[in-house]
Amino acid sequence: MLGYIAKRIAFMIPMLFGITLISFLLMHMAPGSPTELYTELNPKVGAEFRERFEAYYGLDKPLPVQYVTWLGRVARLDLGISFSPDKRPVWDKIRERLPITLLLNLLSLVLILATAVPLGVISAVRRGSRFDRTTTVLVFAGFSVPSFWLALLLMKWLGVDLGWLPISGLESLGAANLPPLARFWDRVQHLILPVFVSAVGGLAGISRYMRGSMLEVIRQDYVTAARAKGLPEWRVVYVHALRNSLLPIVTLMGFWIPALIGGSVIFETIFAIPGMGQLFYQSVMARDYPVIQGILLLGSGLTLLGNLVADVAYALVDPRIRFGRT
Amino acid sequence: MKRIWLVLLLAALAACTKGKESETAQAPKETAPPVDLSPAYGDTFVDASIGDASTLLPILATDSASHSVAGLIYNGLVKYDGEYNVVGDLAESWEVSDDNLTITFHLRKGVRFHDGAPFTARDVEFTYRVTMDPNTLTAYRGDFEPVESVEVVDDYTLRVRYKEPFAPALISWGAAVLPRHLLEGKDINTSELGRKPVGTGPFRFVEWLTGQRIVLERNPDYFDTDPDTGMQLPYFSRYVFRIIPDLGVQFNELMAGKIDMMGLKPLQWTRQTDNDRFRSQYNKYKYLANAYTYLGYNLEKPMFQDVRVRRALTHAIDKNEIVEGVLQGLGVPATGPYKPGTWVYNPDVPKYPYDPDRARKLLAEAGWTDTDGDGVLDKDGKPFRFTVLTNQGNDQRLKTAEIIQQRLKAVGIQIEIRVLEWAAFINEFVKPGKFDAVILGWTITQDPDLYDVWHSSKAVPGGLNHTHYRNAEVDDLLVRARKTFDRAERKRLYDRFQEILAEDQPYTFLYVPYALVAVSNRVHGIRPAPAGITYNFERWYVPKALQRHAETP
Repeated sequence: MLGYIAKRIAFMIPMLFGITLISFLLMHMAPGSPTELYTELNPKVGAEFRERFEAYYGLDKPLPVQYVTWLGRVARLDLGISFSPDKRPVWDKIRERLPITLLLNLLSLVLILATAVPLGVISAVRRGSRFDRTTTVLVFAGFSVPSFWLALLLMKWLGVDLGWLPISGLESLGAANLPPLARFWDRVQHLILPVFVSAVGGLAGISRYMRGSMLEVIRQDYVTAARAKGLPEWRVVYVHALRNSLLPIVTLMGFWIPALIGGSVIFETIFAIPGMGQLFYQSVMARDYPVIQGILLLGSGLTLLGNLVADVAYALVDPRIRFGRT
Repeated sequence: MKRIWLVLLLAALAACTKGKESETAQAPKETAPPVDLSPAYGDTFVDASIGDASTLLPILATDSASHSVAGLIYNGLVKYDGEYNVVGDLAESWEVSDDNLTITFHLRKGVRFHDGAPFTARDVEFTYRVTMDPNTLTAYRGDFEPVESVEVVDDYTLRVRYKEPFAPALISWGAAVLPRHLLEGKDINTSELGRKPVGTGPFRFVEWLTGQRIVLERNPDYFDTDPDTGMQLPYFSRYVFRIIPDLGVQFNELMAGKIDMMGLKPLQWTRQTDNDRFRSQYNKYKYLANAYTYLGYNLEKPMFQDVRVRRALTHAIDKNEIVEGVLQGLGVPATGPYKPGTWVYNPDVPKYPYDPDRARKLLAEAGWTDTDGDGVLDKDGKPFRFTVLTNQGNDQRLKTAEIIQQRLKAVGIQIEIRVLEWAAFINEFVKPGKFDAVILGWTITQDPDLYDVWHSSKAVPGGLNHTHYRNAEVDDLLVRARKTFDRAERKRLYDRFQEILAEDQPYTFLYVPYALVAVSNRVHGIRPAPAGITYNFERWYVPKALQRHAETP
């Protein structure tokens, strides 16, 4: 098992190189340049500014040199300095946004799992029932509804018309002066809508997976055997069948790891949440190469790690795979 | 019950405010309780922006969000008032020498930076030096390029010499004065002052939560006083700059009363704000924005070289219809590159009212007739067809193009519309001059110098005169006007410049949109002027009885 993990990790390194190389090239092939935002159609800014800017960041050097310089810096755990006028280290810019995105994604993941798994199981057990059909329609409706539209409607209803919830942002203006408990409650109120809206879209996938896999398991001989030996139905379903039917979900979890640090631009823009999605979008728009590269590196690293974790987890929960391979 | 009373109160107050070009709520007069509306200190002003600031060191910033926040933290030596007159800010007075080559500034005494350090002429000299420093990544070096030398005469006197007379010189000293004692000998590009600014302005920095908000508080040592009341400025205790990237959400926040000011879209102005809830909380202000949209012709193309053809095109386009259709009527037709209502604007230039018959006649004079009867004009066997390019993501420009397409079709000119991604549009088409016509916009700068856009020396690949307009008289006028300090004389030169542009029609100037702003009606002291409303923000206040945000330490 350990050997297997070591081998997988060794394979990841050339893969990571490949990913960074391709993304580096793609980025530089895209039209536009980092200085464009400042110099385009601006009578006051001359070519001379562009030259100074390029010299400052080494953009006047050949591409391979730039790539190797970047790699060298990454090897020393330095992601470089952003092109934007704030000139802040890339890692600082990522670090201040990461917790917000992680918190939101984790909360919505928990909400999705807590809702979708029971929904899927019940749908499978009562296959074809009215409950099954209704949830199918509802989760797909949730999946199909554009999140920005749902968000705006809920905002208008709960925030403007009823005034129950705050509309956007992460905390109220005076939150810093509130006592800890009130401040916590303020934060919770701000998170309700974003977490709910982001979970609505994710329900369909997981609940369908769960239903499918449960249906498959429930038809198996050992479940019939469990029933035959007189176990109560809930024990059969929730202890014997559920455990096996969770397998595909566990695999999916691996893929969720990179998604945890990725934010959706539309979603963050709507709720005015300063997360990773906005940072990435803005850096692409401004051709802020160091930030783009930094986020891609983080994302691809986590994707590879996620794949590994999924495989390992799969082996851990399924003895057949574990014994088959070693 | 209490809330209802408050709403009534606000509604009544909105009805009381007068002398504004704004629409105010109608509320029965008898419900208005006597309220003291005199200027008072206190309350928080919550502003909203779709984008975060990038840096609060203004010489490094190029985005409007950064400049609008930094504008409250720093002062320049001079500034524009509401009528675009240059008035003193950190400079009490100044003299321009007879040869127009030297400006001597006399600075205010006793001004302190937010950290307590005194402000002197050395700070101004440093600001000049750091702007010109080749290591500084600033986009504003051009402002000081014509300067020959800057000399500190004493702590409160500064003498600037120019290589040649340069009229925009004076206002270039409106640039934010940076604190020398905090920046000297350091790399300004990575200075922490970009995140924690220190200036002399009416507000000082408190905190900046990236992507969420920037908070400023009243500078208790600010040098300026309200000339009407003699009270020290500013009135607001706090200023909060909230980042809300989506305009629909901003509007929701506005309706919920969580922000005090917002720029509205035409549809929001005409429809969504047309309800009692909105009227009871906000005043709306509209004034011409500093921008115009135009249809520019590539004058290298033979079909556009005949001035009669360009005049015919303008005659064939109904500008009012575009203003109506694209801006819901919230704009005015443009006739030249300056903003109507400002001192430099010349209202008496030749105009080309919508007149398709006249357009057809002019085109026939120029040799364009429909000889083969296919509905499209032709000359020497070539049909009058061209492509109009515009950039993606600007719905107003696209709609404008579609309206123009219909109108030109009516006089027998066929145009095709192509929408391109911005970077490709500029680099592949506009800069190398590979286009027939473009729909684009220019910002109307506060100083009228347009040398960079209209002088023939800029009609080169990469230059801003991308339609390649060349006119010797215009060249001469532009050069003379930028060397003339006397405003009346300068205006005469620019009046002639506008006349020639109108006669030549190198662009069809389309429209100047209105800036549409909603401001909470508890805010008083707003005086709409040609420059808009925010130019006197430090004089805005909320009367004691209407203050919403309690003072917090």
